[in-house]
Amino acid sequence: MKMITAIIKPFKLDEVREALSEINVQGMTVTEVKGFGRQKGHTELYRGAEYVVDFLPKIKIEAAVDDAVVDQVIDAIQSAARTGKIGDGKIFVADLNQVIRIRTGETGNDAL
Amino acid sequence: MKRITTTILTAMLGLGVALPAMAAPSINKGDTAWMFVSTLLVVMMVVPGLALFYGGLVRAKNMLSVLMQVMMVFSLIIVLWCLYGYSLAFTPGNAFIGGFDRLFLNGIWDPAKGAFSMAATFTKEAMIPEFIFVAFQGTFAAITCALIVGAFAERARFSAVLLFVVIWFTIGYLPVAHMVWFWAGPDAITDAASLEVVTAGAGYLWQQGALDFAGGTVVHINSAVAGLVGAYVIGKRIGYGRESMAPHSLPLTMVGASMLWVGWFGFNAGSALEAGDVAALAFINTLLATAAATVSWALGEWVFKRKPSMLGAASGAVAGLVAITPGAGFVGPMGALVMGLLAGIICLWGVTGLKRLLRADDSLDVFGVHGVGGILGALLTGVFAAPSLGGQGVWDYTTNAMGTSYSIASQLMVQLHAVGVTIIWSAVTAFIAFKLVDIVIGLRVPEDEEREGLDVTSHGESAYRY
Repeated sequence: MKMITAIIKPFKLDEVREALSEINVQGMTVTEVKGFGRQKGHTELYRGAEYVVDFLPKIKIEAAVDDAVVDQVIDAIQSAARTGKIGDGKIFVADLNQVIRIRTGETGNDAL
Repeated sequence: MKRITTTILTAMLGLGVALPAMAAPSINKGDTAWMFVSTLLVVMMVVPGLALFYGGLVRAKNMLSVLMQVMMVFSLIIVLWCLYGYSLAFTPGNAFIGGFDRLFLNGIWDPAKGAFSMAATFTKEAMIPEFIFVAFQGTFAAITCALIVGAFAERARFSAVLLFVVIWFTIGYLPVAHMVWFWAGPDAITDAASLEVVTAGAGYLWQQGALDFAGGTVVHINSAVAGLVGAYVIGKRIGYGRESMAPHSLPLTMVGASMLWVGWFGFNAGSALEAGDVAALAFINTLLATAAATVSWALGEWVFKRKPSMLGAASGAVAGLVAITPGAGFVGPMGALVMGLLAGIICLWGVTGLKRLLRADDSLDVFGVHGVGGILGALLTGVFAAPSLGGQGVWDYTTNAMGTSYSIASQLMVQLHAVGVTIIWSAVTAFIAFKLVDIVIGLRVPEDEEREGLDVTSHGESAYRY
């Protein structure tokens, strides 16, 4: 099992969710986050005072998936979230040791 | 040579003293109705207008402290105004301060005669009830003191703010208001001799012939200088220039600025004290100059700072309102247009270039907008009041017609003198008041309270729940 963590532009959330639903990803967790990568921040000017805003709003999607569909999921996120402009985000893939469904006690792939 | 040959149609007068029996003055109900409306508009300028304008500009952790300071200062000054302020500002005394005739508003209602006293306007025999004049002028005193808090927002101790305004209102505001605005009204003037008597009894700057229709000197320069002195004495906010101190809610600032604009029609057109031609002139000037300054500030930002900002438009509106205040009933509409256009650009410099030169943390740019705009407006009033430039000139109450001579150069010198006197008077009295408060209770909150925010540490509440 793998844990997929994707950081995307906020307005791309709906497209990514639909793309993942189409390939039968059963669930995901979404968080509003702030951060920066190569895009860096931007500057804001209030009268004479200029402030550099380092952290831009992003969306973090977390989804636990079966090893068999990892490549499909990555393709789906990448094609849905891509604008081609700097700041599109990143996808992180990490091994997942165990998953437990709290209600039934199922574990592993059955719990996904 | 005496400079005063004509009595000048400046705003405001105070009167309640016995009038000559020859005239048959009576309350003009139309004028009186307009003064009720105007007074309410000025109340609205402060709470909530100014409070929201300022509140939106601070960080979220200090929102309530600013709202609270504005509302409490307003209320406190109104109380003091009715106790002794009105009497010291608007009754005969000497050229610098009034007397105690109206202490506790005594004598406006005379139970023995069963009569209310009247206040003069700028037209002979047209009167308004003195109580509404007291209320109208009280709102001016209160907004002047409330404006100051923007200069040291986000770090001043609440008790220090209150004690400061009590002292400065008494030794700073009241004398300047008396010097600029006190005169006995036009009713006793019939010839050169009676004009001289009335003029001799007026405030110092009135005697000089200073033109200040609605408070360029008394309200704006006065408060801005006191605020700037405060910003120096109190010191910069922790993290100033290093941490982000971006405004927390520009929509609220826009709402506040808009309420100031609407309320300012009461402030400026109300200062005519009558619902007539001069009020209408002040009204159109207040509309036009403000719109012009909004446009010029935003365009200035567009050209020099690459983007026109909402904060810039709101600031431009206030700058235009400030600049037209001293000239509202004196200059013509095209004069007002020029004053507004210049105010937008020059006050933009006031909050950027000048602010860097001054090296003070004037948190909400009280000096950059009200000080610079007030000085600009006071000086340009001397220029555009000229009949040759479409202005009103000065009214001659001995002939009951517009004065025949108007010299821009000499009026400009008079205006400069009034500006200088106001700056020095305000700066000295503010410095004394701040130092006194610093010794007695301390001007600043402790560092940890400043970091946590004044809402929680000074007032025990938070503006927003997330």
